[in-house]
Amino acid sequence: MRGDRVPVATPLPTELLRLTECEDGPVLVRGARVVVDAQGVTHPVTRPVVALCRCGASQRLPWCDGVHKRLGKRETSTG
Amino acid sequence: MHLPQPRGPSSTAVVEHLRQPSPGSDAQLRTVGLERSPGITNDEDRLLALWVLQGLNYHGYSGVDPEIEWDLAVVQARTQLEAELEEELLAAFTPVVEELLPEARRDLTGTLFSLPDRVAASAPSMSAWARSSMTAEQWREMLVLRSASQLKEADPHTFAVPRIPGRAKVALMEIQFDEYGSGDPSALHSELFAQAMTAVGLDHSYGGYADTWPAPVLLSNVTLGWFAGRSRWAPAVVGHLTMVEMTSSLPSKFYVAGARRLGLPEEAWRYFDEHVEADAAHEQVAVRDVCGALVADDPDTLPTLLVGAVAGLHVEGLVAELVMGAWEQGRSALRIPLHPWVAA
Repeated sequence: MRGDRVPVATPLPTELLRLTECEDGPVLVRGARVVVDAQGVTHPVTRPVVALCRCGASQRLPWCDGVHKRLGKRETSTG
Repeated sequence: MHLPQPRGPSSTAVVEHLRQPSPGSDAQLRTVGLERSPGITNDEDRLLALWVLQGLNYHGYSGVDPEIEWDLAVVQARTQLEAELEEELLAAFTPVVEELLPEARRDLTGTLFSLPDRVAASAPSMSAWARSSMTAEQWREMLVLRSASQLKEADPHTFAVPRIPGRAKVALMEIQFDEYGSGDPSALHSELFAQAMTAVGLDHSYGGYADTWPAPVLLSNVTLGWFAGRSRWAPAVVGHLTMVEMTSSLPSKFYVAGARRLGLPEEAWRYFDEHVEADAAHEQVAVRDVCGALVADDPDTLPTLLVGAVAGLHVEGLVAELVMGAWEQGRSALRIPLHPWVAA
């Protein structure tokens, strides 16, 4: 009976979180499916690794947008 | 794609050679017949010849037998043109790299993060122009210019994967997996770029605008193609990728702002929006995990890695100089201007 088939194992909502703090930069998060910000808003994670803002200046909170590199520097950009 | 229009004797010789039927079907070894010549970095004819040859590794050409990729004359011509490129670029960058080496050995992360502010730092910023002043026609030109690399985004860098050791390989794959859509075909970065082109009435087939690309765009493309084609230069591919990631996040934000100022549809700027967050993470992984592991496991890779980083910044700076020079005078930055866009 095809329709009665069940998987041989059950995926569990376990989180194998790995956090890496970057000096003068964000914290890298691996293994999360969502992050919950200070306001309690849940943001889905769609990448193998995401960067969480730690400087507070990002315009993409809770994600890092690289702007920490410009803090205390003159506003320049490449690209 | 179709073979591009030749721009002189060298690209003519290469294009004619590729048009021949059945390479290697006879025992006679044909030659492409290129004379050695100085100054390839400013010679659009020779840059195009090399670009066409390198393209056999990626997209190939309609009506050209794919077997010709390993045709002896093709390999010989490419080797010669890349030797000219190597000679010129190393003459320019070896002194810069030598100067960087002591501090890079002390503090690799700090040195790499400082490079965009130190190499080609005087080059104008296309993204700042996008935010403040870019016209819709210039936006389309920018996509056409960038399509040389972005429609095959990540592909040249992937050539480094089998050529670097364990820890660095794993970290590079973490970045590349995301570049290729993290398992979602609709999130493939090159696909997002194709959508951006379609959204403003452009053809998104690879190389469709090759005839319009000025010399610096070809130089930028063949420089990475040269690194990506050789095992020995795998650390340079890693250095190049690191600079791409490092000069993407903040500029991408400016491009989004410019597109919104111009009232372009979301499909036109989603590619850039994706890169704000993606590359803020990628630059950290590239510097700390890919470069960090590669150099820690084999310190001898550092000079090669720095050549890739410095060369990448330098050639992109040349593109920006040419483009902004044209736009600030109200001229097209392309060799052949686009037909005006008639929005539907």
